[in-house]
Amino acid sequence: MFSVGLTHYLVLSAILFSLGLFGVVTRRNAILVLMGIELILNSANINFIAFSHYGKLNIDGQLAAVFVIILAAAEAAVALAIVLNIYKTFQTVNVDEINKLKE
Amino acid sequence: MLQQIIDSVRIFQPEITLTLVACVVIILDLVFKNRPRMLAITLLIGFFITGYYLIQQMTGMTVSAFGNMFLIDPYSIFFRLLILLTSIFIVVFSLMSAELYNGKRKLGEYYVFITTATLGMFLMTGAGNLLMMYLAIELTSISSYILAGYKKEVPDSNEASLKYIIYGAVSSGMMLYGISIIYGLTGSLDFYNINTAFQTGEVNFLALVAANVLMIVGFGFKISAVPFHFWTPDVYEGAPITITAFLSVASKAAGFAIFMRYFFTAYYDPVTAALSGTLATLSGFDWNIIIAVISVATMTIGNFIALWQTNLKRLLAYSSIAHAGYMLMGVVVLSSEGVAAVLIYFAVYLFMNLGAFFIVMLIADKIGSEDIESYKGLGYKAPFMAVSLSIFLISLTGLPPTAGFIGKLYLFAALINHQWIWLAIIGVLNSVVSLYYYVKVFRNMFLRNIDEEHEQLKFNPIQVIITILLVAPTLILGLYFSPLVNLAQASVNILGLK
Repeated sequence: MFSVGLTHYLVLSAILFSLGLFGVVTRRNAILVLMGIELILNSANINFIAFSHYGKLNIDGQLAAVFVIILAAAEAAVALAIVLNIYKTFQTVNVDEINKLKE
Repeated sequence: MLQQIIDSVRIFQPEITLTLVACVVIILDLVFKNRPRMLAITLLIGFFITGYYLIQQMTGMTVSAFGNMFLIDPYSIFFRLLILLTSIFIVVFSLMSAELYNGKRKLGEYYVFITTATLGMFLMTGAGNLLMMYLAIELTSISSYILAGYKKEVPDSNEASLKYIIYGAVSSGMMLYGISIIYGLTGSLDFYNINTAFQTGEVNFLALVAANVLMIVGFGFKISAVPFHFWTPDVYEGAPITITAFLSVASKAAGFAIFMRYFFTAYYDPVTAALSGTLATLSGFDWNIIIAVISVATMTIGNFIALWQTNLKRLLAYSSIAHAGYMLMGVVVLSSEGVAAVLIYFAVYLFMNLGAFFIVMLIADKIGSEDIESYKGLGYKAPFMAVSLSIFLISLTGLPPTAGFIGKLYLFAALINHQWIWLAIIGVLNSVVSLYYYVKVFRNMFLRNIDEEHEQLKFNPIQVIITILLVAPTLILGLYFSPLVNLAQASVNILGLK
């Protein structure tokens, strides 16, 4: 019978991580870049919880996931505030167009 | 258990003080609106109390608080003192920055975030657990993102904070993924338990390397090492100059502290260490080779791009990248001698780099520009400041009789004693390259526009005193350095041992 094991979760998290990284690299819209970052953080969370559950390890992994969720929220709040401010100044959230500092 | 928590709280006083100071500043800002100077003075008092508690801990003790979450040893105390000193200087700089007080900006949050960033850096220096390390890095980073964009109406500052948060969040996310793999491999987040797992069990080599490369992305971002340095010039140029100075010294020091602690404790091999007396790594995984390559890339790219810079703030950003490269050389040799050299280098780097940024800030407030071109004839308009800036730049190059020379001397001595001759040669060649762009500033100040009429720039006495406070250590540590060297050497003995 088919049963879900550690490997499945690790593959899922690896796919999520790659998708997140791909999104960060290819997307030009700041909001979509932030969504890519969320995917990366959540892929790590899946790893933590899968290892903690299937590896018969201690509770540390699940604890780490809870902290990461909180941190992701804090980071998203600050990031969105910054993007909002960027939009007010530049009238765009395209990360390629916001490039005045480089000569 | 309860007794352990009570004991932990007792040795956690510096961090508790910082937390309380942050709360007090928030409340004061709510009660007395728009009194930024009062907030700064409250903050300074808080920092001095923190310093008092820190100095009380300097008894050479090694204790772990909260079940190995936070380690209090001479190593972390050395770094925490450096960070605290930087924060004190930054608050004083902020009091004098026309840029920040311009347009009646509210500065309550500014001072609160300086405190929380300092707290985060404190926790970074002593973290003994990967989760704690990640939380501390994020506490520092999130505060810094906001500080970098504090001049809300200035487009450059906005751009700086956007770039900072995108690069920062991606690299810390990658680091987190690396942490999760390490957790899967070893079953623990505690540095010492990770070390035990590496010593006793077989660990998948490929997964270990992949995880550590991801970790190095996170550390590399914090210490702005190539190829994770892309944010540095833009953020340093766009952020308020006080924050640029803060990031270039304190944030980098905290990054190095946690970086060295993680690699030296988690991969500590007692058998080889007993044989050769080095902080050896577990066989099969030579992480220091990766660091050596990064170190060479960091100094070379930092120095060579600095050659073409016309904005002094941006030039100092590239120079700070190059300095991270020099300091990485001390990590590569894997010995307590190398770590001591890094500590010495940081202590002298603090004074020379803060000094350079302080004078750039004062000059920019007077003449409204950070371009090297606009520094022409400055040696005649503001002789004292120009001479001081020259001293800092000479020290950054690493020429005697300044403190920068001592920092470099100990680094290269450590390299040569451990047969890393080729790395030492690259380091010396890089110092020669750096001389060129520092001299460019010097030349503009003293050898250009000599014949023109020079209107004297006026500086108030406090600004002069602060400059003297920064120049004096830069010169004195270049001649009388044994106390610093002794302190640094006493601060590394504890690494890797429990």
